[in-house]
Amino acid sequence: MTGPRGPKPKRRFSRNNIFIYGTLLLVSIYYLLPLYVMVVTSLKGMPEIRLGNVFSPPVEITFEPWVKAWSQACTGINCDGLSRGFWNSVRILIPSVTLSIAVASVNGYALSNWKFKGSEVFFNILILGAFIPYQIMLYPIVILLRELGLYGGLTGLVMVHTVFGMPILTLLFRNYFSSIPDELFKAARVDGAGFWRIYFKIMMPMALPIFVVAIILQVTGIWNDFLFGVIYTKPDLYPMTVQLNNIVNSVQGVKEYNVNMAATLLTGLVPLVIYFASGKLFVRGIAAGAVKG
Amino acid sequence: MSKLLKSLLVGTALTCASAASATELEVTHWWTSGGEAAAVSELASAWNATGNSWVDGAIAGSGSTARPIIISRILGGDPMAVTQLNHGRQAEELIEAGLMLDLTDVAEAGKWKDVVVPPNLLDSCTVDGKIYCVPLNIHSWQWLWLSNKAFADAGVPTPANWDEFIADADALRAAGKVPLAVGAQGWQQAGAFGVMSVAVAGKDAWLAVNVDKDADMAAGPEYAKVFNAAVVARDMSKGGNVQDWNQATNMVITGAAGGQIMGDWAQGEFQIAGQKAGDEYECLPGLGVSAMLDTAGDAFYFPLNKDPEITAAQKELAALMMSPEVQVAFNLKKGSLPVRGDIDMSSANECMQKGLEILASGNILPSGDMSLSADTQAQLEDLMAEFWSSDAMSSADAQERFADIIDSAD
Amino acid sequence: MSVVDHRTAIAGPAKGKPNRLTKNLSSKVAAIPMILTALVVFVGCTIWTIVYSFTSSRLLPKGNFVGLDQYERLWGSSRWLISISNLMWYGVCSLVLTLVIGFTLAALLDRKIRFENTFRSIFLFPFALSFIVTGLVWQWILNPDYGLQGVVRSWGWESFSFDPLYNPDIVIFGILIAGIWQGSGLIMCIMLAGLRGIDEDIWKAARVDGIGTVKTYLVVIIPMMRPVFVTSLVLIAAGIIKLYDLVVAQTSGGPGLSSQVPAMYVYDYMFKAQNLGQGFAASTMMLLSVVIILIPYIYLQFKGTSRG
Repeated sequence: MTGPRGPKPKRRFSRNNIFIYGTLLLVSIYYLLPLYVMVVTSLKGMPEIRLGNVFSPPVEITFEPWVKAWSQACTGINCDGLSRGFWNSVRILIPSVTLSIAVASVNGYALSNWKFKGSEVFFNILILGAFIPYQIMLYPIVILLRELGLYGGLTGLVMVHTVFGMPILTLLFRNYFSSIPDELFKAARVDGAGFWRIYFKIMMPMALPIFVVAIILQVTGIWNDFLFGVIYTKPDLYPMTVQLNNIVNSVQGVKEYNVNMAATLLTGLVPLVIYFASGKLFVRGIAAGAVKG
Repeated sequence: MSKLLKSLLVGTALTCASAASATELEVTHWWTSGGEAAAVSELASAWNATGNSWVDGAIAGSGSTARPIIISRILGGDPMAVTQLNHGRQAEELIEAGLMLDLTDVAEAGKWKDVVVPPNLLDSCTVDGKIYCVPLNIHSWQWLWLSNKAFADAGVPTPANWDEFIADADALRAAGKVPLAVGAQGWQQAGAFGVMSVAVAGKDAWLAVNVDKDADMAAGPEYAKVFNAAVVARDMSKGGNVQDWNQATNMVITGAAGGQIMGDWAQGEFQIAGQKAGDEYECLPGLGVSAMLDTAGDAFYFPLNKDPEITAAQKELAALMMSPEVQVAFNLKKGSLPVRGDIDMSSANECMQKGLEILASGNILPSGDMSLSADTQAQLEDLMAEFWSSDAMSSADAQERFADIIDSAD
Repeated sequence: MSVVDHRTAIAGPAKGKPNRLTKNLSSKVAAIPMILTALVVFVGCTIWTIVYSFTSSRLLPKGNFVGLDQYERLWGSSRWLISISNLMWYGVCSLVLTLVIGFTLAALLDRKIRFENTFRSIFLFPFALSFIVTGLVWQWILNPDYGLQGVVRSWGWESFSFDPLYNPDIVIFGILIAGIWQGSGLIMCIMLAGLRGIDEDIWKAARVDGIGTVKTYLVVIIPMMRPVFVTSLVLIAAGIIKLYDLVVAQTSGGPGLSSQVPAMYVYDYMFKAQNLGQGFAASTMMLLSVVIILIPYIYLQFKGTSRG
């Protein structure tokens, strides 16, 4: 296994290194400051939050907001917090991520290696689609799903996620595949390999880093999706974000900021775990990349 | 609790024909905060006690979040059984398109016309003489909340009306307070403006503009006074730096601000902070100038359903929501006023009692939701957001644009 | 070393054979979902939207045509004009800053450093959090009284002033701070994936030629990463056009109308104001401007393929 690339640093404390780590640490502060505020706030009681300073550490640490966000916060008459929608979110997430990435990676592959007449036209329409504010498509898609008989169920929602993920994902894969050297593809063609064989045997393994990016993109997008989940399904399938929205977004009621923060952090945990896990795949992607040299 | 349930079972006898078979009704609403959820639980447990079951579909955020969901479900041909909607103009189109269940027979059986006070609540549910919704409660905007601590710090007595409040502004400033807390969001600013216009221009001028859409009145001298008052209020609100309405309320609670114009839902914030009306804070309906309340509130609609069993259950639930027991239990938890004039609300707090008195005296206004379309309201909110945020817009400019909006209102 | 877009030639080795339909058959079959999505959903819904933008539809889509009324009202609305100018400022700044920050961070992480995983996760985590609370937290941090400004002042620097969210002139940059915080991590990830796709030999060759590290990035690496940059560009641009949740959470478009954006206008008029026609007119204008901006890109794309 090869490590990250770039020339080898000569000494540990070279000027270069100080510059690199210094910059990274400085930037890290910008990224971590809001996280610090969230964590600190989620551990405070409401009276303490009302006092003001958002940066001050909690005088009395309480985990009650976390417990409340997960299992007690009421959203309507159901007082079981985020836990209620967790499995629904998982049920929506897995098929949606799998299908959208499968479809888009094959699209990208076809568009970069197997162009056919008109393929670029469809691709450009797709890219335009990435710029349409999805809110304006809500009603037409309701009508479309109604005519297909898929309105209100999981299948319909998975299709909606696949469709809306398609533009960016297809672009991602198409551009990645098109930067892989031709020689590999040509050699495989000479060996008589066909469309699917080349995809599974050569392209997919080489595209590991970009699959990681696609998974990050889709897991985050679908896990945090609220509007589609709630418009195209019914209460028994509502994802966790419905509870998050209900906890965080209540307008005419008392706002419990500590519970809001805890609920957000809890909701963010699944994507976060995937981000950390993706590190290994990234490194493996480098090893795979070495093949092409 | 069980006593309440028993009385409910008796009280709803008029529609109990279908209660034998249990029916599931999916209910969409946007009551999600603690107090609101407790109020919904009252409805749900009353309904479940009839042997049916309540499937809760709570979605926070009334206008922009819940509404597309509700409309989508209805358009998708698979509607929820019951949904909350602002009554009045906003549901008109759904009724005209024949998508809502006609509740006239339930209303007649329950004699709603005789018991609902004020009667205009029922009017806003009525299209072509038929009743399509159940008004559940009354919320009003016309309240000025004042912090006794802020005025004590400034060395002046807590004012008893808007004019005294204005006179104290300098003293408050000198003590380092923001005289008037206003959240920097269009709906709050438009709401405060509406309250001021009733108090300053008077009921008749307000009705001419909001109900009759009289653009001349909107451009006239009565409303010029309102805009001048709004400029004063704008100066008083400087340095507030808050967005959410409850952050503004919190400034009143801590004494950082002298007062806030906000609807009766602000009471919950004071309660949670352990404050009591008369001790730490004061509430002045109609800014202490004209004791008058608007009668906005929440209502439930019942989308038309093909299943006769569900239709029967929908009517049963509609009757249940109007029953005295449910009205009392629900409104005490919600902190709002009941829509029935014939029930006992003696356990309500001081500010609610003031509100009840005004309702009983008949000094009421229709709410904005009943008279103006959502489109017009949105334009007014945009105007107010622009007006309040900087001194660049003079009262005359603002009034001119205000009159334009009223002129094109429908 | 141009690695971009020159593979059309191999796509159909059997050029000129009679049966055009079955040529690349697997590829066409595999592309069916894409074709359906492009035609039915994107083209179909867009046409639907444009048609209804000429009606006076309120709560429900209805076919009562009113000509250009909705567009006249749109361009007469000060809120819409403010929205557009805000979006342009935000768009340019966000595009440049996100690309620069994303690439720089990716390059730094690619320098064989320790704790790469930790740093990458730090830069990426904001992407996992919902906009609603992201907005709330930044609203707090940027609050002049109990946020950053207040803390710095309490350290003794009394004249320190930093209140972007409460100053109508610079509020859009306050939103930019949160927008970059949220979105730059993903771009960094895409850039990093691109850098990892570049061959070690290139670096060796550059070192042999005596080209410095920074110069190698600018002259050799970045041109090689054109497709990755295009991906990032589209991703960022699409995010900018659709900018909505963050503004709602941070300022609700305020103070006044000073941080309004077009997507918010569309959404508010469609659902809050129940004026579908007006919302559709606004979104049609948004789409039109996207098409105008994208035409050069698409043109280049086609030129590229015909040259290949």
